[in-house]
Amino acid sequence: MTKKLLEAQNISLTIEGKHILHNVSLDIDEGQIVTLIGPNGAGKTTLVKVVLGLLEPGSGKINRRKKLRIGYMPQRLQVDPSMPISVKKFLQLAVQARPENIESVLQEVKALHLLTSQVHALSGGELQRVLLARALIQDPQLLVLDEPVQGVDISGQAELYALIASIRNKHRCGILMVSHDLHLVMSATDEVICLNQHVCCHGLPEQVSNDPAYLELFGKKEAEALAVYTHHHNHSHGLDGEVLDDKHSGHKHG
Amino acid sequence: MADFILRALAAGLLVALIAGPLGCFVVWRRMAYFGDTLAHSALLGISFGLLIDINLQFAVILACIAIAFLLVQMENKHHLATDTILGILAHSSLAFGLVILSFTDANIDLMAYLFGDLLTVSNTELLWIAGGVFAALILLAVNWNSLLTITLHQELAQVEGLHVGRMRLLLMLLIATVIALSMKVVGMLLITSLMVIPPACARSFSSSPEKMALSASLIGCLAVCGGLIASFYLDTPSGPSIVVSAAVLFFISSLLRK
Repeated sequence: MTKKLLEAQNISLTIEGKHILHNVSLDIDEGQIVTLIGPNGAGKTTLVKVVLGLLEPGSGKINRRKKLRIGYMPQRLQVDPSMPISVKKFLQLAVQARPENIESVLQEVKALHLLTSQVHALSGGELQRVLLARALIQDPQLLVLDEPVQGVDISGQAELYALIASIRNKHRCGILMVSHDLHLVMSATDEVICLNQHVCCHGLPEQVSNDPAYLELFGKKEAEALAVYTHHHNHSHGLDGEVLDDKHSGHKHG
Repeated sequence: MADFILRALAAGLLVALIAGPLGCFVVWRRMAYFGDTLAHSALLGISFGLLIDINLQFAVILACIAIAFLLVQMENKHHLATDTILGILAHSSLAFGLVILSFTDANIDLMAYLFGDLLTVSNTELLWIAGGVFAALILLAVNWNSLLTITLHQELAQVEGLHVGRMRLLLMLLIATVIALSMKVVGMLLITSLMVIPPACARSFSSSPEKMALSASLIGCLAVCGGLIASFYLDTPSGPSIVVSAAVLFFISSLLRK
């Protein structure tokens, strides 16, 4: 059996005369983390929707493994404050949810203490963890994460990326992730695709960060900032910004 | 107690039972103005129903669906905000309804359609209301979790395999049905209040969607009882009295919250 979960070939999409995607191809294997980066309006979210089957490509082909189970973490969830719903109930609504799953999945994303909290009252980082738990409940072969660290402060971001890497190691699922920047996703990523309507460049994170096309797209200054994020901290921060002892920290920089 | 009062009470309570939980979706999805627009189009349905001589409740449901489809078409075609389009549809369909009504030779009591005429509910009408309410309650209960999921996040629901289009259609059909059923109770101009005020009132002391739905049903029933008692003893119009008592309950609940 092949390790390939999904294969997209030469996807193009035009919406109302605007070329959103042009000749984009990507593969995702079991246990592989593929990160899509690119500026705003590069078509990252559109490509994700095509991969999920929410949008039909104008041309090109998508082959998914038969009965592929996809766990999807949307970019944001806006629960109207008029709707009272606890994290527990929110997770119970997942199609595959079983009661014993809910607590173990919340434990895995380190959010078990939120079980009885109301969804509309969660902070950015807490909500992202709950959304990740919802995606994991489907026991996915492929996890699709659209900007998983949105609305999370910088130390919480590193922690979330470390969590995503550990999920890949534990579940051996493939992960397709959208990100604004390369800095923090570096260590966790196997393949980076730099998108700006078309694939500008792709490859290992180290290769992409030195690629002229990447430097042009993000500017040299931005690319140099990479160095800032590869130094070593003697402490790290928890999700809420509290300083953690390195012994207890969930991640390492660099 | 007089039969007509008991029939009125039964019809009002039945409508309040379904208006509460369905109204929760109207509130959560911010569809209050959408519901109001459908309610305004009800008179168009009545006029056409009289013109071509078909069952009036059925005609109302048809008119609601037609207006909802027109809304989707206009949203795709015009660069206008949804509330502008809703404003155009609501008032022009009401006006069309009134104009067409003048062409029919039917001698109808317009006030009864606009503001309800609960005290004249007949046994046949009561049976229709009961049948419709139970069918709507069952449909709502069976699809409850799916409807919650599409309300929380439409694309997430779609990825998880739910038929989003079907669920939205169901919600629209249920709203149209409740409008048709409650014409007699509070009238088309006041129907939305039965779907919006009880859930809004229930929100302050609910911690789950199910509790909010049940509380909204109960509050709606309280409002119907209060309104009918006032109507009986003070000789006030029944439909507006029900809405007034719902509003009073809402203000009491918001005072209790502080």
